[in-house]
Amino acid sequence: MSTAPVSTAPDLSGRRAPAFGGFNLTALRLEVRRMLRNRRTIIITMIAPVVLFLIIGLASNPVRVIYGHGNYAAFVMISLALYGAVFATTNGGAAVSIERAQGWSRQLRLTPLSPAAYISMKILTAMVLGLGPVVIVNVAGILTHKASMPGYIWFVSAVCVWIGSLLFAAFGLFVGYLLPPENVTQLLSLILTLLAFAGGLFIPISQLPGGVQAVAKWTPEYGLNQLVHAPLLGAGVDWTWAVNAVAWLAIFVGAAIWRFRKDTARV
Amino acid sequence: MTFTSSTNSGSAVGGAVPLAVGLQGVRKHFGNVQAVRDVDISISCGEIAAILGPNGAGKTSTIDIILGLSQPTTGQVSVFGMHPRQAIARGLVSAVMQTGGLLKDLTVAETVIYTASLFAQSRPVGEVLSRAGIAQIADRRVGKCSGGEQQRLRFAMALVPDPELLVLDEPTTGMDVEGRRSFWASIRADAEKGRTVLFATHYLEEADAYADRIILLRHGQKVADGTASEIKAMAAGRTVRATLAGASEAELSGIPGGDSVEVRGDTVLIHSSNSDAVARYLLNNTQARDLEITARGIEDAFIALTGDEPEPSIATRGAS
Repeated sequence: MSTAPVSTAPDLSGRRAPAFGGFNLTALRLEVRRMLRNRRTIIITMIAPVVLFLIIGLASNPVRVIYGHGNYAAFVMISLALYGAVFATTNGGAAVSIERAQGWSRQLRLTPLSPAAYISMKILTAMVLGLGPVVIVNVAGILTHKASMPGYIWFVSAVCVWIGSLLFAAFGLFVGYLLPPENVTQLLSLILTLLAFAGGLFIPISQLPGGVQAVAKWTPEYGLNQLVHAPLLGAGVDWTWAVNAVAWLAIFVGAAIWRFRKDTARV
Repeated sequence: MTFTSSTNSGSAVGGAVPLAVGLQGVRKHFGNVQAVRDVDISISCGEIAAILGPNGAGKTSTIDIILGLSQPTTGQVSVFGMHPRQAIARGLVSAVMQTGGLLKDLTVAETVIYTASLFAQSRPVGEVLSRAGIAQIADRRVGKCSGGEQQRLRFAMALVPDPELLVLDEPTTGMDVEGRRSFWASIRADAEKGRTVLFATHYLEEADAYADRIILLRHGQKVADGTASEIKAMAAGRTVRATLAGASEAELSGIPGGDSVEVRGDTVLIHSSNSDAVARYLLNNTQARDLEITARGIEDAFIALTGDEPEPSIATRGAS
């Protein structure tokens, strides 16, 4: 049994590290495929916003009320596309908590995959999930013939909603690295509902009490919600909205990186 | 932490052969707990080495340091003359961990494809699956695989970069005897191509059967390092135990017939293949009293060398 050690040098010269820290489309495709296999998440993220749109957007004679370049139904449709995209990207990002629990993040540390490449793939995967509700809510808006606005505004709004949900993909990753999977789903439902109200997605924040309004303007969905409705309303962009969105994006990305480093720290 | 290219015996004539693994003076503390205490390990290319010890001996902490999953508190570690992370990025090292590390919602093949996509160079997925013996379950969801199948999948993932060093941490935990045997047959067949293999185990018979060399750890310290037959020879001898006040290990290390000496307070334990010579010397040349001579089997030797109690009672161990 005791064979003498082969003390010839292995040829290490051809060995190299991967480009882009291991970021690649094969892994990204598998991440997306995995997410699509999670039927329950898919159904909830795709169905909930469109049902809300059909209830709120089409209920109280919204067609004739003029909102900027379009009507009230168009305004509600954009709100609910944003709500759906935020819900989807947050949950998509937070799915990392399951991977952590299964030891996959630790396994990945035995591969060349760099933290930056890994976080990029996770954010992109969450963004793919976020695309679903944006498309579905907008298609519902078209098919029901209730929402009305110029085509280019329609398109620009949808793209803004999708890109804006990037902020919440980062938020989801942060939460996913912070909490164990059994707590993530319930907590996120609560947080996202509160943030949606504070951001004015369901009712205009002008209808909230004065003190709540003052606080609401500092919450992460407020600036985003104002920005994505700006093309429809055509009343210009307040710079504080952009500051709100960019600041929260920086906070969430920073927090996600901080928790990721903490989680994978080489102790 | 710094690392050095290896300066030990592995870099022989020409200096071109780095050690597969080089640990020098490695310590690892978790708060007040000393998981690894001043361990030196040198593993040459092509060796099949086992780190043997009971639970809590520091095996996993040592493996984690070799894999760059944790940093030693002090000491130096190199893998093929580089930092462990560099070696991993180049696909030189891979590992089979004892649990976890798999996504339940991917299939077996997808898991290997995913892993392969992360490396600059990788073996074909089909080849890796058949070498690990799981080609027939390629399309099965990982969550539906048995423990043994999941372990073979971890092995397949480890084969993906065609590593020069394969590290296995308690790879057969939870497998039945047949599964264990066929798993090791795969590893053994694979190692014949010159791959260096380092595995941690708390099964003595596993280390004995599959390793060319055994490193025994106890309480975070290396207590023995040799070929399986050398460890067996140690076990074949007897232990002379005596009470001797003020004894020092250095003083007794030159004792005729003594293989290893351990001093615990006033108690001296001398392991020897010639216990008569040791006893004669102790009685004639020292103040030693209360002599006790015990024989032990290999299992007892392992327990005595690695046991948790500060003063294992060697004489009674064999009976239990």
